[in-house]
Amino acid sequence: MATSSAVTVARPAGLAGRMGGGIARGMAIGYLSLIVLVPLAALIWSSRAHGLGAFWDEVTKAEAASALKLTLVVSLLVAAFNAMMGTAIAWVLVRDSFPGKGFVNAVIDLPFALPTIVAGLVLLQLYGPNSPFGVDLAFQRTGLVLALLFVTLPFVVRAVQPVLLELDREMEEAAESLGAHRFEVFRRIVFPNLLPAILSGVALAFARAVGEFGSVVLISGNIPFKTEVSSVYISGQIESDNAAGAAAVSVVLLLISLAVLLAIGAFRHWKTRHDR
Amino acid sequence: MGITVVDVTKRFGDFVALEDVSVAIPEGSLTALLGPSGSGKSTLLRVIAGLEDPDRGQVLLGDADVTHRPARARGVGMVFQHYAAFKHMTVSENVAFGLKVRKRPRAEIAGRVHELLELVQLEGLAKRYPAQLSGGQRQRMALARALAVDPEVLLLDEPFGALDARVRKELRAWLRRLHDEVHVTTIIVTHDQEEAMEVAGQIVVLNRGRVEQVGTPRELYESPANEFVMSFVGPVNRIGDSFVRPRDLTLRLEPDADTREAMVERVVHLGFEVRVELVREDGQHLLAQLTQEEAEALELERGLIVYVRPSRETVFTS
Amino acid sequence: MIAKWALRLGALGYLAFLLLVPVGLVFYRTFEHGFHPAWAAVTNPQALHALWLTLLIAAIAVPLNTLFGVTLAIALVRHRFPGRGLVNAIVDLPLALSPVVVGLSLYLLYGTGGWLSGFADHGIKILFALPGMVLATIFVSLPFVVREVVPVLREIGTDQEQAAETLGAAPFTVFRRITLPAIRWAVCYGVVLTTARAIGEFGAVSIVSGRIEGKTETLPLYVQSQFEGFNTTGAFAASVILALIAASTVVAMRFFRPKEEA
Repeated sequence: MATSSAVTVARPAGLAGRMGGGIARGMAIGYLSLIVLVPLAALIWSSRAHGLGAFWDEVTKAEAASALKLTLVVSLLVAAFNAMMGTAIAWVLVRDSFPGKGFVNAVIDLPFALPTIVAGLVLLQLYGPNSPFGVDLAFQRTGLVLALLFVTLPFVVRAVQPVLLELDREMEEAAESLGAHRFEVFRRIVFPNLLPAILSGVALAFARAVGEFGSVVLISGNIPFKTEVSSVYISGQIESDNAAGAAAVSVVLLLISLAVLLAIGAFRHWKTRHDR
Repeated sequence: MGITVVDVTKRFGDFVALEDVSVAIPEGSLTALLGPSGSGKSTLLRVIAGLEDPDRGQVLLGDADVTHRPARARGVGMVFQHYAAFKHMTVSENVAFGLKVRKRPRAEIAGRVHELLELVQLEGLAKRYPAQLSGGQRQRMALARALAVDPEVLLLDEPFGALDARVRKELRAWLRRLHDEVHVTTIIVTHDQEEAMEVAGQIVVLNRGRVEQVGTPRELYESPANEFVMSFVGPVNRIGDSFVRPRDLTLRLEPDADTREAMVERVVHLGFEVRVELVREDGQHLLAQLTQEEAEALELERGLIVYVRPSRETVFTS
Repeated sequence: MIAKWALRLGALGYLAFLLLVPVGLVFYRTFEHGFHPAWAAVTNPQALHALWLTLLIAAIAVPLNTLFGVTLAIALVRHRFPGRGLVNAIVDLPLALSPVVVGLSLYLLYGTGGWLSGFADHGIKILFALPGMVLATIFVSLPFVVREVVPVLREIGTDQEQAAETLGAAPFTVFRRITLPAIRWAVCYGVVLTTARAIGEFGAVSIVSGRIEGKTETLPLYVQSQFEGFNTTGAFAASVILALIAASTVVAMRFFRPKEEA
């Protein structure tokens, strides 16, 4: 970048520069559309190919409806449990100190990094028929819940950690100087400020649980009406050549995902409302 | 309630924040803890507040030894440099907090909050959130919040440090008036000597964890205990072993027995006073302070040779 | 004091139970029958092909997602264009979407009767072949680079870039010398996340690949096929490899983690 000894006049990014940027942006959006939008559009199109009546029938079919109900109930349960444990873990990681904390902090990421099928296999070995603990949770809802707890572990923890780190400690000290006990300080000062982050993490955990496939497909046994979740049902429908059925339930899951993303956006907006 | 600090020592790892610090704060006074960064003044305040435990020594509130009592049980009100506002609560909820924690009845809380907001002149802003207030307003809210629980002691940790100059001056005067009205034993931590001199009745000067001197602003200025206090409290010229205030440096146009030659480098007119930067033949720089008339009489200008002599000097014997 | 210990033990105990015990078991079960069976299980042709295929797919998907991810991030933060909010939402969608839904969408799009079934008609196999698997992997691993770069771009602001512009730098130079260095750690972190997701992907790839052994079977799919074929040693040995990759991912994540999360 040469600057002559004379005064350099500021050159605005010329038409070529703006066009270049525009082209890059256009290509990126084209990429996004081809990869994500078009396939999803095809999905939605397929689901209504035989009319809305057929769509509704597929979704309300006994097995499909049961799978959906199970999926939602179990995911809510897991999300709620994560809200509690995830916050507790984040608290211990931020506010506490003990030998090996760095290791523990790193290990939180494991469920994200580990392929779901491996997680499923391992959980099956631990809590299934060959369990060293003498339990057998395979083909049961408990096994299902365990698998989902495993894969959703990082979400609330990682959502809460940065907020907890940045929290103004002086607020807590002020509350203490005004007479509040430790728990009151948590309840009245810390928790309200953590809530948006907790909810964001919970929403992501919920979405992940609803869609989870690899880790549950082994341990749950996929028994229809008992331990079959929607993702497994869809997979089964594809294998039985019922593309319409698979597409219909998939659209329902897609709508749930969109709703979750909307909720997360709302939480993000809510979180910044008190900041300046 | 008066405060007594006896032989307090506090370390953070290898760093000694306070070493054998003993101070007596009279009841109802407004005392400043003054010192540069790292002098231990904030640590001392936090030890008094109960937010830090001293490694050694005692803290007494009145006659009671509160050294190991937690902050919430000491009856202190605290104001922080960056306000520590409860950003998720409105102004009135902030002020009401201490009373809510003490489970006072609703009507009483409402009345007290209203009273305090009037006192700090924030009545119209009760329903606002701290993010919607200016810095000065937030700090007034913080004060109201601390006063709400009728503290025996009010502790202010560099309360005006985050505000701009004009607001700072206003709030200083305001604090002084507030103290005259409310009469709570108050301690203010500051690194600004002008602020300390203006606001406090008594100043404790700290340096590197030790108390250098305790006294009224006047005592500190006129009878400083050592070089540190003297140069911290105001500008000073060091001539050999003597210390001379700029005001005490006399300028003449003619030499006499005790004068030394110096050249005027710069003349700064600051309204009613004039600051003159001088340099002696041996290269030492001096600072003199004259009134407008004195400066005009000498017709001071850059490059002029004058003859300087201290009219008063201080020597420290230890 | 008691509360502190209760919390600490509760949180750490839960973690040990949920995470460490399972992973420890993987290693135990793999080498339960000795080293050689385990070694044989991962060095046979089918397993090696699966490993190679997995890495190949990642090697295609990750650079593409990085390149377009950075471009999208810049577009989202620095430019105003119609539909910006929508683009933002679409980028996040793969995070919330079931991989099975992803697989099905691709299956419907490129399969018989789908809008893009023309490829197959002209001899270019998308489904049950590499292209389909790459597309599925790109889909599910798309968001990470974008999401990591966006907040950094937002935080550093345009000051430096504008300063460079006034000094006469052309847009691409500004990008190369100012923007890119500022976001490089965020990009690294995003790449680590993208790679982990790409390698570990199971559900979507399972549907579009047809799981043809020796041809369209990635390592995670190999784990499943071995398990279903009652070859548990094989399944676990492959799992160990994947677990080791996961462990290095975790280490890399720790290393590149943006400072606010540290």
